[in-house]
Amino acid sequence: MSASRLPAGGRIDRDQPIEFHWDNRKLKGFKGDTLASALMANGESILGRSFKYHRPRGIMSAGVEESGAIVTVGRGNRRDPNVKATTQEIFNGLQAKGQNAWPNVRTDLGSVNGLFSRFFSAGFYYKTFMGIPPMEWGKGTGIWMQYEKLIRKAAGMGVASREPDPDIYDHGHMFCDVLVVGSGPAGLAAAVAAAEGGLDVVLVEQDFEIGGDYLNQSSTEAERKRSSQISALKKLGARVMTRTTAFGLYDYGVAGLLERVTDHVAVPAVEIPRQRFLTLRTKHTILATGALERSVAFGNNDLPGIMTAAAANSYVNRFAVQAGQRIIVATNNDSAYSPALNLARTGADVTVLDSRTSLPDNILGLLDTKGVSHRAGTTALNAVGKKGIASLELASGDDGQWAAGDSLTCDLLLVSGGWSPVVNLLSHRGVKPVWDKDNLCFVAPIFDEPIQMAGSANAIWGTSDCEASGNAAGVAAVAAVKGTGMNNVTSAPGAGGWETPIAPLYEVRVDNKKTKCFIDPQHDVTADDVRLAHQEGFVSVEHLKRYTTLGMATDQGKMGNIIGLALMAEAMGREIPEVGTTTFRPPYTPISLGALTGRGKGAHFKPLRRTPMHDWNLAAGATMTDAGLWQRPWYFARQGETITEAYIRETITTRETVGLVDVTSLGKIAIQGPDATEFINSVYSNAFAKLPIGKARYGIMLRDDGIVMDDGTSWRLSETDYFMTTTTAHAAKVMVFLEELLQTRWPHLQVHVTSVSEQWAGSAVAGPKSRAVLEACVADPASVANEALPFMGVIETSLSNGVPCRIARISFSGEMAYEMYVPSDYSESMMDLLWSAAQSFDGCLYGTETLGALRIEKGHVTGVELDGRATIDDAGLGKMASDQKSYIGSALRSRPDLLRTDRPQLVGIFPKDKTEKFKAGSVLCSENKVEGHGDGWITAVTHSPTLGHWIGLGYINGGYDQWSGQTVVAADPVRTGNTNVEIVSPHMVDPSGERMRG
Amino acid sequence: MTRFSAWSVFRNGFKDQSGWTRQWRDPEPKKHYDIVIVGGGLHGLATAYYLAKNHGLKNIAILEKGWLGGGNAGRNTTIVRSNYFMPGNREFYEHSLKLWENLSHELNYNVMFSQRSHISLLHSPGAIDASARRYNTMRLTGTPDAEIWDLNTLKQNVPHLNYGPDSRFPIMGAAVQKRAGTARHDAVAWGYARAADALGVDIIQNCEVTATTRSANSISSLTTSRGEITANKVGFAVAGNTSRLWQMAGFNTLPIESHKLQAFVSEPLKPLLDQVVVFGVGGAHFYISQSDKGGMVFGGDLDWYKSYAQRGNLPIVQDVAECAISILPCLGRVRLLRHWSGVMDMTMDGSPFICKTPLDNLYLNAGWNYGGFKASPASGWYFADLIANDRPHDTIANFNLDRFAQGVSMDERGAGPDPKLHG
Amino acid sequence: MIRINCPYCGERDHSEFSYGGDGSITYPALDASAEEWLEAVFQRENIRGVQTETWHHVSGCRQWLLVERDTMTHEIHSVHAAHEGIAKVLEAGK
Repeated sequence: MSASRLPAGGRIDRDQPIEFHWDNRKLKGFKGDTLASALMANGESILGRSFKYHRPRGIMSAGVEESGAIVTVGRGNRRDPNVKATTQEIFNGLQAKGQNAWPNVRTDLGSVNGLFSRFFSAGFYYKTFMGIPPMEWGKGTGIWMQYEKLIRKAAGMGVASREPDPDIYDHGHMFCDVLVVGSGPAGLAAAVAAAEGGLDVVLVEQDFEIGGDYLNQSSTEAERKRSSQISALKKLGARVMTRTTAFGLYDYGVAGLLERVTDHVAVPAVEIPRQRFLTLRTKHTILATGALERSVAFGNNDLPGIMTAAAANSYVNRFAVQAGQRIIVATNNDSAYSPALNLARTGADVTVLDSRTSLPDNILGLLDTKGVSHRAGTTALNAVGKKGIASLELASGDDGQWAAGDSLTCDLLLVSGGWSPVVNLLSHRGVKPVWDKDNLCFVAPIFDEPIQMAGSANAIWGTSDCEASGNAAGVAAVAAVKGTGMNNVTSAPGAGGWETPIAPLYEVRVDNKKTKCFIDPQHDVTADDVRLAHQEGFVSVEHLKRYTTLGMATDQGKMGNIIGLALMAEAMGREIPEVGTTTFRPPYTPISLGALTGRGKGAHFKPLRRTPMHDWNLAAGATMTDAGLWQRPWYFARQGETITEAYIRETITTRETVGLVDVTSLGKIAIQGPDATEFINSVYSNAFAKLPIGKARYGIMLRDDGIVMDDGTSWRLSETDYFMTTTTAHAAKVMVFLEELLQTRWPHLQVHVTSVSEQWAGSAVAGPKSRAVLEACVADPASVANEALPFMGVIETSLSNGVPCRIARISFSGEMAYEMYVPSDYSESMMDLLWSAAQSFDGCLYGTETLGALRIEKGHVTGVELDGRATIDDAGLGKMASDQKSYIGSALRSRPDLLRTDRPQLVGIFPKDKTEKFKAGSVLCSENKVEGHGDGWITAVTHSPTLGHWIGLGYINGGYDQWSGQTVVAADPVRTGNTNVEIVSPHMVDPSGERMRG
Repeated sequence: MTRFSAWSVFRNGFKDQSGWTRQWRDPEPKKHYDIVIVGGGLHGLATAYYLAKNHGLKNIAILEKGWLGGGNAGRNTTIVRSNYFMPGNREFYEHSLKLWENLSHELNYNVMFSQRSHISLLHSPGAIDASARRYNTMRLTGTPDAEIWDLNTLKQNVPHLNYGPDSRFPIMGAAVQKRAGTARHDAVAWGYARAADALGVDIIQNCEVTATTRSANSISSLTTSRGEITANKVGFAVAGNTSRLWQMAGFNTLPIESHKLQAFVSEPLKPLLDQVVVFGVGGAHFYISQSDKGGMVFGGDLDWYKSYAQRGNLPIVQDVAECAISILPCLGRVRLLRHWSGVMDMTMDGSPFICKTPLDNLYLNAGWNYGGFKASPASGWYFADLIANDRPHDTIANFNLDRFAQGVSMDERGAGPDPKLHG
Repeated sequence: MIRINCPYCGERDHSEFSYGGDGSITYPALDASAEEWLEAVFQRENIRGVQTETWHHVSGCRQWLLVERDTMTHEIHSVHAAHEGIAKVLEAGK
């Protein structure tokens, strides 16, 4: 290929020269060039290497269907592998490199693979690499995994950066009446018609210029039309977006759009996102997505210097690059003649081979006047050349019976094997395209979606027909959106538009001549591979695709799929429609994960929930820990303390004097209404019908299936008003369940539930001095006296600073303790008061670690014990469940297996040797059988300052009675090994509860 | 059947691949079979293979309404592991893993089982303890490759994860199963098909069951798009269509709800990630590995609503991308090549069914949730055992429809009777 | 993206809602037999086609809705408040 830049013409801006780098060499291009056009203008012909055989790859197209010129753009943490050179705009300083080659794409040692291509047929890897060759001796996966290492290294395409992507990406949301995809003659006409009809129009174009095929036409008339349509759209207020791909169509008129904002900018402003992912909701969609020209399978059809006819036309007209000087055009349809004439006009020596035997006289006459030679009934058989095409062996004949002919020298071969309308987006909606036997392509069937196909996306080939088709689609969209009926809708042109019918031409081969004909040039899938797939029974198109990997490369089969289908049809002796086509999946072109992610990465990956006293806790020395989405204080280390030292001190202090802990993350639900008591009594498994006003009660909620869902407390504030707390983990779930019950199952109950988790901030005050602390903080100390606020009592009062508060005397720690809640905005003032008072008693602040230590000592359960499998009996709380009433879960709670007495039951665990520690997650096994599933497991452990040794909670089959006095092994082979333990009552400290009743 | 080997590949290289024959026949359906398996996915194919191989049965057909492996065999992220801990599940999946380990040799088909390690990231001390229980159970039940890694070991083995200070959920360690990994999903379907065919099983594609003829206690005949077929015994293995077929058999309900799950693959890249990495924290759920071709293969949660449509919607695409970038920030510029979805039969406890039914000659294999791929060898093995012997093997004693009435828990996640929560 | 026309809030993305389950289930009385509860809690018709199902406008008005939707095409045929009384009031106000 001896390409060169033309001295004039094209849409490039010769006043804006651009310097860029290709394989570390500095090259020049112009504003308006793609990387492909600029490299071509610089005479670069080998831009890539194929996947399997590392064959040289040149530019094959001028768009998103590119399967050869796949390169790496950028460096360091902005390295972008697998970029199609045909869609990358150049800019000053652009760094582009060849990939999948060593030392470079021009001379690649990997091409040695080609020597073994006779063995590397479709699916050969399923037949070997299993064991020791040649007969695959051996067992297991060891040998395969050795091969796999080599295969993985050889496979892949580009190298991704190992560093985090530094760029930012934004998400946006859009609404419109009609989305027009594609801005060619049909898309522009459609958008104008829809906008003139008063619709809110969004027109998206993946290219950096509006115009589609207008851009590839050299006539002034095309440019006049293009610019007048654009200004019409501007006037009408349509939103026109370039560099924006509609990558997928989803349910309910939702389109995924990707806008490339700075991929063409040398030094983008830091605040500008690299790309935007936009979710567009539209009432109607017009797909003016165009059509892609197909290649033909003939020998060495993958050599650099072979491209589609339309690509060369685009390069010469739009980019002012003459792709070759001695050009052969091989076609089976009329569309390649215009490129042939355009290239001849700019000085090339052009020969047209047409596989059809009779050609229209007017075309022949035109060719003659322009000095273009032509041969009918002739086509390409085999390209010859090492790193690029040097000559072409011809075949002649007709109706698929080809005979080898003579040979022509050339430096560029243009191929047109017909056109495939881009129906991909329609396919995303589950609409299966049908075969149009006149135009030899898959087209949209009659379908029931608010979508119109327009222009060549509907197999309409002529520019003016495309304009008319777009106009009709736009008018139809107006009728559909406004519901005005289709009276004014002009009939759209039908498919077609060529003077001479296209002739089938998918593969050219002659007897007695072996050729390598590629149908997926990126993956090196050949025509023989398709036949082999058929020979081995992979006749379904989906099997064909998977067995040969046809269509699974980064071009997603845009160029080669139809040829593959045609060859399979031929092998099966069937027609193409009987073979069918594979389903196109989104995205239409590959889109970056960064754009899909947007800002939701790093620290913003998931929402972070902080309590209103987060900063207060931090200022007081808290180390935080994650609890679901919440951050809670973990421990408050004093000078030099480790976490263990800290929680031991906090536990001792709380048991001896007083401790404060932020409990704001608990779920809080206001349950109000005349039927609130009946409701709450039906939801909890234990009795609530007679809870007096001013009292709180611990409650256990079951799921419908009788397994424990959650536990918490409910405070009766008045006849009709309860304040429920849930665990932190299940706050949302409980709220949803209560709403579901009231709205769907028990609509007769007059109850309102409101989540007030965010309204109230809370602290537990625990320890012998807790009442004294409260007395120092509330407005009326008498209100918290033992008689006024007994165990499980509730009061609503105010703090000494006037802040309203509600207090319940409830205990999770086992000490005399209170939970106090104030409106969230006053949480810090509550903590200031409480902490100041607690300090006067040498109290402490504590976090979740001490919360755990205190509750484990007491045998109080949390989510690790109530794990979604435990029954209320398993957790040792069965006695609380009411047998006087029915409640959620009561029916299924008594299924046979849930009543087995040998079920795992909650127990306490001591080490045999009190100096030893053990870990949660250990499996409990009887001493003589440390294997299998064991008899139980440990849910939680802590060092118990009260007892002076490590203790744990867990479950063991049959419970305490069955195991007391025996040595049990806590097996932890993945971490610490085995520890001998004994099973004790789960109530390890103060089993009678005297301390908390105080 | 031509035996596959380096030698046969070599020989065929010199004779233009002319020595290869159909990998399985394309027989016309017979009027009668001893056993008909409905469903030509991985489970149905494996079942037919083991019926012929382990039980010496001959007259067997698989009826597939489309093409082999066209259902969830095609929508999966190819992960194979056995890190289950509940009795029954544990033994079942370990048996499956052992079958996987020699499957390429057994089938003489390279299913590319790559035992590259399955790494579950752990983000809190509580998560480490919970995993320890699971992995301790694995060790104690004969799975020596279960390990808990500390952060340093993890960093050395998987260098490109987000260990930085901006991580929303800092990684503290990992639970690792070293024998776990990935396999080539299509090859498993084709390998079983070829091996079953060689043992005489009729694999009949494009044959949809449209109705059944029933007596009080049995199915006497299946009406198919290719004619009426009778069978002594019938097995259903039709993920994504279980409820419909069940209703064709004259029943009404099952403890199953069908949901869709998307899968994702990126453009091919040179090796970047050598293991399977998964995590679940803060309500997120994500799994990723790199295929031998170089594509990053990944997935996350269900689309969260019941669906039989094999196409997904954008919210989960975004969720999954966020997960990917949060754990592998270097993937920001890597491009998504394709996303698609499959229909998962989600059960009320996240565990499957391999069981007898109220009909004497009908057997059910269903309810694989997300986990069917790794299960397929053992699923076929035990289903064949059930059909051949008309009684469940001890290992799958609880894989029955009655377990909910009994209150038997097979709920690995403890999520309760809400199918969508058992991902 | 499914778009759900919430009777309270108008048409919104389905990502604002959470899918509940089969809306045709009538949950038995709390004191009903275990058999009735087993049927309601565990057994599903799992319709392929138009089914009635519950959705919760969890990131909106927090109302539970009864939605008739095709599980094959995702097309929604109707949306009503799940609470009969509220549904009646809304219908009357139309």
